[in-house]
Amino acid sequence: MPDYSWPPMNDRRVIGKRISRLDGGAKSSGRAKYASDFYRKDLLFGMLLTSPHAHAKIVSINLDDAKSLKGVTAVRAIAAPGDEIQWEGAEIAAVAATSEEIARDAIRNIKVEYQVLPHLVKEEDLSKAGPRAKAAGEQVTGDPDKAFQDADAVVVEGFYGIPVLTHCCLESHGNVVEWRQDGLNLWPSTQNVSGIGGDLATSLKYPAGKIKVEMDYIGGGFGSKFAADRWGVETAYLSQMSGGRPVKLMLERRDELMIGGNRPSGFAKIKVAAKKDGTITAWQSESWATGGIGGGGSPPLPYVFTEIPNKRMSHSAVATNTGGVRAWRAPNHPQASYLTCSALEDLAAKLKMDPVDLFMKNLEVTARADTYRAQLVKASELIEWKKNWHQRGEGDPGPVKRGLGLAINTWGGGGHTSQCRTIINPDGSVQIEIGSQDVGSGTRTVITQVAAETLGLPVGSVQLVMGNNSLPPSGPSGGSTTVGGVSSSTRKSSVNALNKLLETVAPVMGVQPEQLKAVDGRIQMKDNPSKSMTWQAACAKLGTNKISEMGANDQRKPEGLNSSGVGGIQMADVSVDTETGIVKMNRFVAVQDVGLVVNPKLADSQIHGAVIMGICGALMEERVMDAYTGRMLNPDMEFYKLAGIGDIGEIISHLDITPEHDKRGVIGLGEPPAIGVVAAIANAVANAIGVRVPRVPLTPMHVLAALEGRNA
Amino acid sequence: MKSKNPPGTSRRGFIRGVGITSTAVGAVVLEKTALAEPFAVAKTIGPDAAPITLKVNGKPVNIIVEPRVTLLDAMRNQIGLTGAKRVCDRGTCGACTVMIDGKVNYSCTVLAIDAQGRDIQTIEGLAPAGKLHPVSAAFVSQDGQQCGYCTPGFVMAAKGFLDRNPDPSYEQVEHGLGGNLCRCGTYVGVRKAVLEAAKEMKGSRHA
Repeated sequence: MPDYSWPPMNDRRVIGKRISRLDGGAKSSGRAKYASDFYRKDLLFGMLLTSPHAHAKIVSINLDDAKSLKGVTAVRAIAAPGDEIQWEGAEIAAVAATSEEIARDAIRNIKVEYQVLPHLVKEEDLSKAGPRAKAAGEQVTGDPDKAFQDADAVVVEGFYGIPVLTHCCLESHGNVVEWRQDGLNLWPSTQNVSGIGGDLATSLKYPAGKIKVEMDYIGGGFGSKFAADRWGVETAYLSQMSGGRPVKLMLERRDELMIGGNRPSGFAKIKVAAKKDGTITAWQSESWATGGIGGGGSPPLPYVFTEIPNKRMSHSAVATNTGGVRAWRAPNHPQASYLTCSALEDLAAKLKMDPVDLFMKNLEVTARADTYRAQLVKASELIEWKKNWHQRGEGDPGPVKRGLGLAINTWGGGGHTSQCRTIINPDGSVQIEIGSQDVGSGTRTVITQVAAETLGLPVGSVQLVMGNNSLPPSGPSGGSTTVGGVSSSTRKSSVNALNKLLETVAPVMGVQPEQLKAVDGRIQMKDNPSKSMTWQAACAKLGTNKISEMGANDQRKPEGLNSSGVGGIQMADVSVDTETGIVKMNRFVAVQDVGLVVNPKLADSQIHGAVIMGICGALMEERVMDAYTGRMLNPDMEFYKLAGIGDIGEIISHLDITPEHDKRGVIGLGEPPAIGVVAAIANAVANAIGVRVPRVPLTPMHVLAALEGRNA
Repeated sequence: MKSKNPPGTSRRGFIRGVGITSTAVGAVVLEKTALAEPFAVAKTIGPDAAPITLKVNGKPVNIIVEPRVTLLDAMRNQIGLTGAKRVCDRGTCGACTVMIDGKVNYSCTVLAIDAQGRDIQTIEGLAPAGKLHPVSAAFVSQDGQQCGYCTPGFVMAAKGFLDRNPDPSYEQVEHGLGGNLCRCGTYVGVRKAVLEAAKEMKGSRHA
């Protein structure tokens, strides 16, 4: 059994270095090609007609006027008369044409008659949901009633809400499909290069082996781009109907925001009891959420503080006539962190206790008390908590109030199943082949670093081939599983390939293969560096035979190369103008637990990005539905707000890069720092202005309403 | 309650109407600044597709477009310049940013026919093949990008900003780059990248 373990921290030449992302130049020069950039002279343009109604029955669809337009090559009805449409944006028909303009005209020429049905699109008021709310069974631990009635207990009750967000990928969902006689070519925008072809094959009832998938770059996914999707299937049929010409169909922005994916909401009435010293004794939560017609799953409550002795939790899934939910960066965790940390901060305020002390006091009911304890200390130091914190509402006397807040996170992040091939050529060149994808997290760079480290070469000597489904399969990029998976498979295939090379050159050097190692572009004796040969010379000994070796990571058996399970503490420092209701970010601190960090520069970027996405959610983002018409009121980027460069303040990330953390192997980082941001900011605002804003985003409207003591 | 398909008052339909009425102005402008061997220009353009000449990255390009086609769509769908991205498609996010006559513009809000006779610079024209413009290079070294989809727009906006503000403060960068949006959250790197590019460009006075 070869030794695949990571080299000792101090011996690493490439892993752990702050190398700039290797595809950075391709992206920042505009040369990187995304699915939406596909350009060929015979390309056709596909487009969808989507439902303007939230709930309706199709009476008739007439495609004649669309088909008769010059330049239209295919028109298909997706829905049929009698079908019930359950959300605005549902796919009704699709067209392909020689130009986007003609396709748009064709869409306009399709005549659809709907019988409009009653809808429910808002879930904030559970009493209005009626039979659309389905209660899951109550979970009870200990004796919550008794604990709440304890004469010494301090009890706090609150209502908290976090709305549905949409993924709003900058490159909308979509693909190019060319369905030829001899096979089908798919150029998707996907987080799942190795798997999406099989998904499409199933829908088309077409042999998966005849579907070729290629994708070099993806313009954002965040959990919403795993499947071939309805529009992918339709694009294939449009191509087939158009004589096999390639058809590009990317969702229009409004459809992207309605059907391209959304994160379920989370509302809850929460009651918490504690002793006067802050020890939490009881938790009660009645939560509800929607993620579309399928309802919405329960956030894991209470979050992190799971072992509170007395608990009662109930959850209702509210089925609304809105687009379907998709996974979003740490599914259900941001909601759970927000709901839990808000209630705990309110408890601390009632106890007149510093919330850091309250968290400290209760760490024994979490799964990683030591980690959080150290992180609370570190984060407090970085944000100067002791200097800047004040009792709730007791800050600056002027109209602009400053406040601090904190939140907690936990995540898995173990590596997914992944295969990789390392090829060493007689001319010394090295190729890594892997059916993975770089969603912007830096996967390309990480894989290359691992291969280079293992082979004792600089990153520039390793050529990486990824992004198509003929390569060794690797899992989809979700759950922060990619970095652990691909780094482990790359390590193994490269160790295997190197061992083959060492077996070839050892006899030439008159030593045993085990006595050799690869370092700094040379093959040398471990205990006698002067006995060595260059990498080139060593590879030349291969004659005409290249080395091609596989390596695999098994999600269930990571063999120490990667692992799972982290915690994090996040703190926000905000200023709130109580006259305008505007919240301004001063500083945000993210202290995050990690394992072996392959590239600290990219790790920092992951944290910064996660925090900024959380700032968007805390201050701006919300899918706004109109109860009367059932339509989304802000399916565009003017009114579906994202933070700009001036909205984020200073962001400080902290990773413990120590032997103790490193020995756990690689752990994914994309999701955990995205979890507690909304919670920390909401708590900071409560600390600043002295009242709880009961729901996010913390827009001026919601902040002013809370200050006036009414519900927004 | 029954309803027919709604009329679909999209911005496209709106622009189409505006485009037709404003073409006379566009044609006059073009006559004054005629390029080498352009298409013969009709006095009125539309409603059908018409030949026009655009000057992109210093070179004339002949295309045939309907008056309603935006400069962005003309570049992406007809000229094959896909560095500028279509994201919000209505002048909010800046992913389609190009320079027109030296000024930063959202190419999704300019009709192709109105861009005739004007000097259009895209990300593709920023540096010769195989080379990186100092702004692009700074986005790499400061990691001002993740998925990269907003990045060409950011780079062009930063270039235009630095042309006017060669020695910006941190606050000016935040204000000057406020017209571009990123979903991955790359602003920390972008801020540093623009400041680094300013330093680099001051040193070399790069075009």
